[in-house]
Amino acid sequence: MTIFPLAGRFDPARLFSFKGGIHPETRKFLTSECAIEDMPVPTVLRVPLQQHIGVEAEPLVARDDMVLKGQLIGKARGPVSANIHAPTSGRVLAVGHFTAPHPSGLPVPTITIRPDGDDRWGDRLPRMRPESADPDEIAAQVAKAGIVGMGGATFPAAVKLNLRARYDLHTLIINGAECEPYLTCDDRLMRERAEEIADGIGIMARALGVKQVIVAIEANKPQATAAMERYHRVLGYALKIKQVPTQYPMGSEKHLVKTLTGKETPARALTAELGVVVHNAATAHAVHLAVRYGEPSISRVVTISGRGITRPANVRALIGTPVAELLAHCGGLAQEPERLLLGGPMMGQPIQNPRVPIIKGTNGILALAASETRDREVMPCIRCGLCVQVCPMGLTPFELNTRIKAGDLEGAARVGLLDCITCGCCSFTCPSNKPLVQTIHFAKGKLAEQESRKHQQEQAKRLAEARQERQEAIAAAKREAMAKRKAEMAAKKKREAEAAAAETPKNGETVK
Amino acid sequence: MIAPMLASAPHTHSRFNVSRTMIAVMACLSPATAFGLYHFGWPAICLFIVTIAAALLFEVLSLAIAGKPILRFATDGSAVLTGWIVALSLPPWAPWWVGVTGAGIAIVIGKHVFGGLGQNLFNPAMVARAMLLVALPVQMTTWVQPLRGDTGPTFLQSLGITFMGSPEFDVVSSASVLSQVKSQLDAGQPMDRILAELGGVQDQLYGFVSGSMGETSALLLLAGGLCLILLRIITVVIPLSVLGSVFVLSGAAWLIAPGQFPPPQYHMVSGSLVFCAFFIATDYVTSPVTGTGKMIYGIGIGTLIFVIRSWGAFPEGVAFAVLLMNACTPLIDEYARPRIFGRTRSGKPLELGDES
Repeated sequence: MTIFPLAGRFDPARLFSFKGGIHPETRKFLTSECAIEDMPVPTVLRVPLQQHIGVEAEPLVARDDMVLKGQLIGKARGPVSANIHAPTSGRVLAVGHFTAPHPSGLPVPTITIRPDGDDRWGDRLPRMRPESADPDEIAAQVAKAGIVGMGGATFPAAVKLNLRARYDLHTLIINGAECEPYLTCDDRLMRERAEEIADGIGIMARALGVKQVIVAIEANKPQATAAMERYHRVLGYALKIKQVPTQYPMGSEKHLVKTLTGKETPARALTAELGVVVHNAATAHAVHLAVRYGEPSISRVVTISGRGITRPANVRALIGTPVAELLAHCGGLAQEPERLLLGGPMMGQPIQNPRVPIIKGTNGILALAASETRDREVMPCIRCGLCVQVCPMGLTPFELNTRIKAGDLEGAARVGLLDCITCGCCSFTCPSNKPLVQTIHFAKGKLAEQESRKHQQEQAKRLAEARQERQEAIAAAKREAMAKRKAEMAAKKKREAEAAAAETPKNGETVK
Repeated sequence: MIAPMLASAPHTHSRFNVSRTMIAVMACLSPATAFGLYHFGWPAICLFIVTIAAALLFEVLSLAIAGKPILRFATDGSAVLTGWIVALSLPPWAPWWVGVTGAGIAIVIGKHVFGGLGQNLFNPAMVARAMLLVALPVQMTTWVQPLRGDTGPTFLQSLGITFMGSPEFDVVSSASVLSQVKSQLDAGQPMDRILAELGGVQDQLYGFVSGSMGETSALLLLAGGLCLILLRIITVVIPLSVLGSVFVLSGAAWLIAPGQFPPPQYHMVSGSLVFCAFFIATDYVTSPVTGTGKMIYGIGIGTLIFVIRSWGAFPEGVAFAVLLMNACTPLIDEYARPRIFGRTRSGKPLELGDES
């Protein structure tokens, strides 16, 4: 045995990932062996028109309209927006507002559909042959299908596929890290639909015009890695399947890029500026369905887990399915949950109302029992520095916290408040159980509010100044006009006087 | 279904909390403590218990005066740990009121005057040690020989030693290694003869020498410190930089003038250096938080210890070195920040194409 095979096996990415990060209990065993099951069509679907970052879609249907599966019911508005399609056939009950699947619980424009149970397809998008299709056509098809980033960021996928126009892209990274505890939906999808995901990856690689493709999977998903390794060549692209260390937040775009390529994305920049684009594995699957079969993004796999769930499962559910129906499908709640979440336990959003629907970015529904959540008791900071050790962004969370508590938002911003990715490692690890990332969240909101208020004030000031200037200009013009008229009048008088003076002698003469 | 609690992410937490950290530190201290208590007999045990009880009492009183929840804060383990460290740094047969005064200084002046847990600028145990050392030079430097398995004073006799202040038992007093070296050097003795009188380094390593209650056995302290590192309660940076800087400086001094300075191995195992490197300098509250900061802090402590031991008025300089560097901690924290991801050290975004 020579040393060369060993040297070839040496993978620096497995040794040097990124600074910081944590290793929470993954508790993925609850659902990792649960095959994806199809959820029957629910009794009601509530499809929000805002399921993506950007402007909400414009509704195309009215009350009592009959819609068919896959029919376009919400049209993208503006450059960063996404189409919304009917998840099944049925009657539109309402085009109005409904509670958002968000902790705020604020109403968002929502189309409520009563499924007719036939699940009849309408017109699908035209099928494409990606082998011969133009990259622009592929991106257009993905845009039409309304695909957004399915890892939770919900950034319209087509916008990312069009980045090649502006950046010199060379690498596509498929994010199959799934670093959030509990969640196994991407794991199961990669195990069960590896071929389709690989095809979707190939299609995206073609649309982006990249040279290499890396599929990153955390080391705790060996079956998914093995499944993906079987499809290492698609559409002429060699897929590099790479295991990355199990470390939260590996799924963070910039940290994944750093782990795989060793390059650090500059602050406030996109990974595309390094020539790298990151897409989620589930997004690749949606792209495959959209391009090969013309199916828009109307369903997704959701992990339903936690000690509060009777039968944890991975479920393929239609977009718009109410959380309560998904819970009922999984046997309901085993115990009153301490917290009900959309997403994972590190960054998931708590919800209060189980009637809210799942959307394109919902990767999990967790009902956490009290034993799985954090204590409420908070101790003073003992400056142990664990938050600094685990912060993947190299911040000093305890210091940010102190500054925010003291009301020094500018000071906090100066030491990196706005670089925080709110991954929650600091709060997870704090022995005093301080709400560090929660405070940072608050401060970011506060700072944004202050900025906008400042902006508004500046605007108002500018307007007032402009008005004053205008008025002054008018007044000056008036004064000028007055002066001119005065001068004219004076000149006229003078002329008249002169004329009179000239005439007087004449008159005199005539009198004589 | 009752509406679940709305609290923002993260919704999960690591298993560590303040009291578990304190308990883990105590567990790592216990081998060296047990060794010290065994070798210095009943008087040491009495003093140890009295000091910890006093620390707890002062903690409760201070919390009551401050109007803080007594049960929650008094049971977090921090007061017991402070009392424990104060006790370990006392001469083992010191009278009870030395321990009580030390605990009082540590808890009241060292900790609660600054605002309680996490707010103190100086290491409470070292504040107590330094004040006692200055105020009670006789009691704080009366050492006894380890019993080495002798029967020693009985329990009743030791009560007399600790509480009556009138030793009915013959105290076999002796100087600690560092004070012996210091006084002999001052008397103009050559270093090789001093070393010959001291005996081997092994005794100091295992702890069969006179000294503070829990600081004699360098080996057990080292083992406890390694456990702390393995439990991820402390990082390796501070111990390594403290020990490393003392070793390098004493080694260099010894190479230059072997007649004036003891060899580095004596520095490493004598006094409270190992105790300081793993258990005192690493105190969370009073040490810097970043790796670079910890390194500066550790090197500072090591250098000061060597300087005080070699040229200062005291044979041992741990307390003063730690306190001086504690005072620098806010400054170190301000300047030794970690580099923010995607930014240069000065805080500007990285340049594109910059391979770093």
